[in-house]
Amino acid sequence: MVEFLRFRDDVPHEEPAVTLDAFLGQTNATAVRLESDEDARKLLPQLGQLALIEIAFPKFRDGRGYSAARILREAGYEGELRAAGDVLVDQIPLMRRCGFDSFVPEAAIDPAALERALGRYDDVYQKAADGRSPVWALRHG
Amino acid sequence: MYKYDQYDQAIVDARVEEFRDQVQRRLAGEISEDQFKPLRLMNGLYLQLHAYMLRVAIPYGTLDSRQMRMLAHIARKYDKDYGHFTTRQNLQYNWIKLEDAADILADLASVEMHAIQTSGNCIRNISSDQFAGAAADEVTDPRPWAELLRQWSTFHPEFSYLPRKFKIAVIAAEEDRAAVKLHDIGLQIHRNDAGELGFRVFVGGGMGRTPMVAPVIREFLPTADFVSYMEACLRVYNRYGRRDNIYKARIKILVHEIGAEEYARQVEEEWAHVKTLGLDPPAGEFERIAAHFAPPAFEGGLSDDLDRTDPDFALWLDQNVKAHKQPGYAIVNISLKPVSGIPGDASSAQIDLMADLAERYSFDELRVTHAQNIVLPHVKKADLYTIWQQLEANGLATPNLDLISDIIACPGLDYCSLANARSIPVAQKIADRFAGLDRQRDLGELKLKISGCINACGHHHAGHIGILGVDRKGTENYQLLLGGSGAEDASLGRITGPGFDEDGVVDAIERTVEKYRELRTEGERFLDTYRRVGMDPFKEAIYG
Repeated sequence: MVEFLRFRDDVPHEEPAVTLDAFLGQTNATAVRLESDEDARKLLPQLGQLALIEIAFPKFRDGRGYSAARILREAGYEGELRAAGDVLVDQIPLMRRCGFDSFVPEAAIDPAALERALGRYDDVYQKAADGRSPVWALRHG
Repeated sequence: MYKYDQYDQAIVDARVEEFRDQVQRRLAGEISEDQFKPLRLMNGLYLQLHAYMLRVAIPYGTLDSRQMRMLAHIARKYDKDYGHFTTRQNLQYNWIKLEDAADILADLASVEMHAIQTSGNCIRNISSDQFAGAAADEVTDPRPWAELLRQWSTFHPEFSYLPRKFKIAVIAAEEDRAAVKLHDIGLQIHRNDAGELGFRVFVGGGMGRTPMVAPVIREFLPTADFVSYMEACLRVYNRYGRRDNIYKARIKILVHEIGAEEYARQVEEEWAHVKTLGLDPPAGEFERIAAHFAPPAFEGGLSDDLDRTDPDFALWLDQNVKAHKQPGYAIVNISLKPVSGIPGDASSAQIDLMADLAERYSFDELRVTHAQNIVLPHVKKADLYTIWQQLEANGLATPNLDLISDIIACPGLDYCSLANARSIPVAQKIADRFAGLDRQRDLGELKLKISGCINACGHHHAGHIGILGVDRKGTENYQLLLGGSGAEDASLGRITGPGFDEDGVVDAIERTVEKYRELRTEGERFLDTYRRVGMDPFKEAIYG
């Protein structure tokens, strides 16, 4: 069972994440944690200095973090984007599509089930933050 | 009709295996019921009072005979030999075993069907006009746009955990046969002054415990921007829709609380960003889809004459057959509302028979209506008598379309774990009371809708006459509402006053319609009379 998943090749960031309020009030933090009700767009002016953004999932039903992740990727953020909290194996493929590339699930995840889930669909219907070509693009390639 | 290509088929096949995996993990105890619930719900599987209920998607209510026969086959093999057509143009099975669910999905996938997103807090099956492609009043066939939405919304990575469920309907006519203003998003395709097609966008309608008629947030959305604009609408909702209270989580509450103008402003702002991302498929993709919905090869030069000598046939013609845009053709409505029947239910044999008729006489197409009936959309007038005879022989020729016994009813407390009261027996008692066809025809168009709880699956708010079943100190009690409409003149019904028991509400309806007969002017429907005279005369008639 796995407690930390990372889909990046660079060295994991060591600095602990600060709250959004703390981040906005100081100039040199490089890691921040967004709660699910916080506006990801507040980070946009200072995206360049961030190496890690952690987005909280207090409950798996709370899907605001999916939009937050895409907004950050759409704005050009290339650092680590971490989903932390009530993250379930069947959600990770969707989260990967929204731009998350690391995961700290509350309950450890079965790597075999995750591998099956991530390899399930060869193709997708819509563009998202993962660069995959949707089937409409493949059809008219 | 749309046909899957290899991509569509591969995605639906993969879904079957994904669900099989999820069920196996649940049965093995690897995931809790709480964790399994959103997974099975996203696949239309509910745990009801007596068994699992499986809801099968019928995208925009269109299917062919092969698919229809598969629905009958599944009913026979895995259920109790019948299915229930729903107000969202879907079909539900009421007696499913969890262990069989993946096999059923595999059977569905073999005929290009699925149960994807027929429940859960995601974008649900897209609904549409049951007369699409056949109605004289449409500006275009709305279904290619609905199919585009089906594909865009399927496993949408950002919108699979919305605050609440999300229902979208698309029409392309002035007459609204799909209740678009009572949807989370309603889309009406129309032409602008330059003759171009675009969407009138309604957002924030719905029924449930806080019914709302949707305001327009954009009068004309060019078709090229369709997907990116939908993306912006959903993103604003996903970020700002309420998540603190399940009863306030639908988009209608967000739109109501911040106002339609402010919601529209936020959508425009988001869209200004989103449309730069290249999310809209090229025109070629729409054209590829639209080619599947090309009109069938209608014969030209057919006569519109009909032999009306059989009086029962003539009755059915006048009530259940509607005008087609092609001369010599007609639209046949098959009522699933026989007296003493369960609204929307059909046996496997009846489903097979309707499939046979569609294959032989209607270019292999059927439609499901939100009023829980079936349509054969493209029938030669010369074949109508033969079709009627076969329907008649199988209990499917009840000539009551849009009459008081053409009742929409939710499954109610006979099946549903949310219900407070039974709906089906009330529907049956009303249909029995008004069984005389002359009386029904004299009352004219009268849309009666029954819900067994405040969630309003039976559309009671939108009934010309609506009934809401509630639980009052442990006994079933029925409130009566008047004046609702789900059509282009959408309105919400008002409660008449104190509720009734099961027989009492039937009596109250009888007093209501007798009052209407007394007050109506020539050609006035019940709804028109109610709107003219208001609630008071009816209240007095009901409560004395």
